[in-house]
Amino acid sequence: MPEAVLREPAAPLKPPTLLSRLMVNRDWLGFWFMLPAAAFLVLFLAYPLALGIAYSFTDAKIGQDIGSANFIGIENYQWLIGEFDCKWEWAAFWSRLFGGDFGALGALCKIVGDDQFHLAVFNTLFYTIVASVLKFAIGLYLAVLLNNHLPFRAVIRAIVLVPFIVPTVLSAIAFWWIFDPQFSIVSWSAKQMGLATENINFLGEPWNARWSAIFANVWRGVPFIAITLLAGLQTVPPSLYEASTIDGASRWQMFRYITYPLLTPIIAVVMTFSVLFTFTDFQLIKVLTNGGPAGSTELMATLSFNRAILGGQRIGEGAAISTAMIPFLLACILISWFGLQRRKWQQGEAND
Amino acid sequence: MASVDIRDVKKAFGSHAVIHGVSVGIDDGEFVVLVGPSGCGKSTLLRMIAGLENITAGEIRIGDRVVNQLPPKARDVAMVFQNYALYPHMTVAANMGFSMQLRGTPKAEIEKRVARAAEILGLAPLLERFPRQLSGGQRQRVAMGRAIVRDPQVFLFDEPLSNLDAKLRVAMRTEIKALHQRLKTTTVYVTHDQIEAMTMADKIVVMHDGIVEQIGEPLDLYDRPANLFVAGFIGSPAMNFMKGRLESGRFVADGGAAVPVANGAAAKSGRATLGFRPEHIAVADDGIETRVVVVEPTGSETQVVVESGGQEIVCVFRERIAAQPGETLRIRPNPQLVHLFDETSGQRLN
Ligand SMILES: Nc1ncnc2c1ncn2[C@@H]1O[C@H](COP(=O)(O)OP(=O)(O)OP(=O)(O)O)[C@@H](O)[C@H]1O
Ligand SMILES: [Mg+2]
Repeated sequence: MPEAVLREPAAPLKPPTLLSRLMVNRDWLGFWFMLPAAAFLVLFLAYPLALGIAYSFTDAKIGQDIGSANFIGIENYQWLIGEFDCKWEWAAFWSRLFGGDFGALGALCKIVGDDQFHLAVFNTLFYTIVASVLKFAIGLYLAVLLNNHLPFRAVIRAIVLVPFIVPTVLSAIAFWWIFDPQFSIVSWSAKQMGLATENINFLGEPWNARWSAIFANVWRGVPFIAITLLAGLQTVPPSLYEASTIDGASRWQMFRYITYPLLTPIIAVVMTFSVLFTFTDFQLIKVLTNGGPAGSTELMATLSFNRAILGGQRIGEGAAISTAMIPFLLACILISWFGLQRRKWQQGEAND
Repeated sequence: MASVDIRDVKKAFGSHAVIHGVSVGIDDGEFVVLVGPSGCGKSTLLRMIAGLENITAGEIRIGDRVVNQLPPKARDVAMVFQNYALYPHMTVAANMGFSMQLRGTPKAEIEKRVARAAEILGLAPLLERFPRQLSGGQRQRVAMGRAIVRDPQVFLFDEPLSNLDAKLRVAMRTEIKALHQRLKTTTVYVTHDQIEAMTMADKIVVMHDGIVEQIGEPLDLYDRPANLFVAGFIGSPAMNFMKGRLESGRFVADGGAAVPVANGAAAKSGRATLGFRPEHIAVADDGIETRVVVVEPTGSETQVVVESGGQEIVCVFRERIAAQPGETLRIRPNPQLVHLFDETSGQRLN
């Protein structure tokens, strides 16, 4: 009697609880899957960030927890940024410009405030811009070079990666030796070749130190850019080069009109990362110069650490310096975000 | 426009020889199709004409210049690639004008010529689109447009239609042919599709394993294939072959079937391979006795596969045949239209 069996009322199902329904609901399922990652992000990124910002509005000393610190509003920032003192003096401006004191450069007024902080901002921007431009140029050149049919290409590619693999601190120590005032191999070679008469004071002079730090940073950062761009180059279909050869393009024209435009999306990504990493650089400077001489290589990150942990032990002030980096980083991300938006030619189905 | 002369050209990739001495003469304004099975070296030969591959030995002339050592841009050829190779970041107009832009042609002149080419190919409304926004057939036309704006000495096509669906392929075939009749530019066209070769070519070059098997006009290749390979390659469905021996005006197959032959084959004797096309078979009461295996009516004709002495024979009849599988059918190849080939060398005998 199959019909009878079918008609027999099924055992009454328990109405599902709210929780069990949420566990299987499609919309909520995504949420559950995101939960572990979100927990990590909140714990290790959002929480410290929020705490840092909170500290920046207090006068907390090291070891003091946020609850017991005094809330002082934006006083830390006021101190750091200072005020404009608008007695414009050309003589003072020029002497500062050529004297290497950049506390006042770029402003029409003299800024009365934390000169160390101002110098660190200048150093950070200079370091980031110069190093990023150099890394981009050298990285792109290397990538194009490595994309050719070189002998021992695999070996050369592996060698290019070495600076990236070595821990930053190790390479910083190596550079410390290379730039040593007495035992520098560079000074020694220069003297041997008759290019210099005495040791070069790489890390003792402000500008020498800045360029030395930039050099070390470029050395370390180039492989990342070169290898990423190389991966990008290999996605360009070879038939495009053949077509452009027949169209009559020279090597340079091929790069200018085919390779470079097709590479721009990857360039935008890799340069964003590179700028972010350079802007927040800490290890290299800490080991190589420790901000010296006289703060001429002090970056915002190292200054923040020094104020918060080492010398000053003023957590609030250090936190304010760190927080002051956020607008710069956001600006950088926004620029690349607009640069990264899918261009019109990328929309639609692929060519091949 | 110019003639192209390929003399004893060889190509090896390292120690791996791919083309073993090919000679083809192409007249000014001729439409030549290189056809052959996959891997026979058609693309390689075309790319040597374009200058994308070095020539290992031999000589290629375009017009009266030996181009062996000339870079592609000095050869004044235009090529249409199988995957079109359109520049994805350039509009249709920019793709077509790129070669002129590189040579510093004035903007107004570029625009004029691009507009004219777009007119010919019906691309005018698409000039501002990017390749990704086009259909396959439209991309194909842009690739052709890129070739014709330059008004080159020679057009090179490497299987330009193989990415299109059957219907579009037929349409584009006609378009390319019409374009050639209009522009009269010397054209070398590579395909592995023999229908494409037959319908488009002034002259077909049949290649096989890096050598040329036969050069000739399409119907010549069909009517008088020079060897077994060409006989089997040209024509669809393919020619039927039987091994056997010739004796006193008849061909006696090893399976026992006897076929009367004429047209110069009657005088010969000894072992040979007989070839006859499926469409040259008639039903005849005194023909070979065969057993029907498959009947495939297509409406306009009936394709029947029969079996005789353990060998399958494909027949195509214009009339409708009411045969059933398993039945007996007596067939006879047209004695005037049979082909005889040497059993060992495969060369044509009649
Ligand atoms: N760069 C290369 N290195 C080594 N061998 C190659 C190279 N290019 C092609 N070949 C070989 O040369 C032979 C001919 O190749 P080719 O591309 O000319 O064939 P084809 O006739 O165009 O075939 P298809 O119809 O499949 O395109 C093949 O056996 C192929 O493996
Ligand atoms: Mg090919």
